[in-house]
Amino acid sequence: MRHILTPLDFKTQELDALFDLAADIEANPQKYANACRGKKLATLFYEPSTRTRLSTETAMLNLGGSTMGFSDATSSSVSKGESVADTIRTVSCFADIAAIRHPKEGAAMVATQVSRIPIINCGDGGHQHPTQTLTDMFTIRSLMGRLNHMTIGLCGDLKFGRTVHSLIDAMSRYEGIRFVFISPKELRIPEYIFERLDEHDIQYDEFIKLEDVIGKLDILYMTRVQRERFFNEEDYVRLKDFYVLNKRIMRKAKNNMFVLHPLPRVNEISVEVDNDPRAAYFRQVQYGVYARMALILTLLGIHVNEDGTVTQTPVE
Amino acid sequence: MLNVGKIENGIVLDHIHAGRGMSIYHHLQLNKLECPVAIIKNARSNIMGKKDILKIETDAESINLDVIPFIDPDVTVNIIRNGELVMKKRIQLPKEIRNVIRCNNPRCITTIEQGIQHIFYLADTRSNIYRCRYCDEKYTEQETDW
Ligand SMILES: [Zn+2]
Repeated sequence: MRHILTPLDFKTQELDALFDLAADIEANPQKYANACRGKKLATLFYEPSTRTRLSTETAMLNLGGSTMGFSDATSSSVSKGESVADTIRTVSCFADIAAIRHPKEGAAMVATQVSRIPIINCGDGGHQHPTQTLTDMFTIRSLMGRLNHMTIGLCGDLKFGRTVHSLIDAMSRYEGIRFVFISPKELRIPEYIFERLDEHDIQYDEFIKLEDVIGKLDILYMTRVQRERFFNEEDYVRLKDFYVLNKRIMRKAKNNMFVLHPLPRVNEISVEVDNDPRAAYFRQVQYGVYARMALILTLLGIHVNEDGTVTQTPVE
Repeated sequence: MLNVGKIENGIVLDHIHAGRGMSIYHHLQLNKLECPVAIIKNARSNIMGKKDILKIETDAESINLDVIPFIDPDVTVNIIRNGELVMKKRIQLPKEIRNVIRCNNPRCITTIEQGIQHIFYLADTRSNIYRCRYCDEKYTEQETDW
């Protein structure tokens, strides 16, 4: 049985294979339209996340499978106090694969301990969100044609942003990656990440102003500042609009730089940037569907042959 | 020096840092044992100044000592059989600790999920850092009212 709890659960060679598959799906969607016929995906969302849930369900529907589940804890047996383990034991009898999102860190790992079907971690509190990271990586690979030798700028809330931390971990495994961290002092990258980068001799720089460094970047990964991370409203109000990427700042960027964002955005990217060909955050959403399709096939051990026939082999 | 009788068969945990004796007592769940247990606090030590000692009169195999180095890596374990010292050893830090300590991270699933195994893994052997298997948060000992 194979699950995904963190992006590092897959070796880089396995990720290459997964992204090759995602690219083939993008090029030949018809070939995969019936790959999961008769298969059911359960989406167990203990907290709402419409974007992630719809993307995951769309992935299964595009593969010819079907979906079921709940989209927040109040509408389910969970509200009656059922444990994660019991919910998964039950769902294992109904579905072929399950995607779980939970406000508590480690909830998806609890699920894997008792599950008889593959588990996709769709976010466990501030801990991990591997399908977002696969989305980000597949987007970068599709836009740049590679995952190595580039300068990646990460801008905004680098302290609490779990998508940022996961992306750093995942991209650190590729050669020639240089990180540029752009944040206000209050939202700097946590110390343990610096330690990890130093330990592996990975190059990085820190900046406060985006204008000062945008010209050096190949990828600019913007994040929003989330209200729920702050203890007082004052700090949030002071920092929420610290960065606003607009046309003026984009003029200083390279012509072949790309802007990514895990969405939803608030004010950190001005809508005037949306029509810039370098703005890739809506294409990123589409890439996310392909990455999740490839992930579902991989975890289920489903292989689609050239003639469209399907072979399924148990995954170790 | 306070004298507590020698034991015939059992375990003597020596060179415990002064003040950690009770912590080891509780982590080994010695309060649940029926056998004689002696806790000596602040004994004089040439090397350490002050130290704690635990004497447990029981079958040495009946207690899992793996957790000791996690609380205090300098403890020496003496196994006594028929009044003779048969083994003196330090215990290696365990790679994994199950159901001994609990995660302090309030956002961790282990704080609400029933019937769960509390698992920690040794993340850094140089600084003896353990992290929760579920949330990866570093374990830090909280002040506890024993
Ligand atoms: Zn934990």
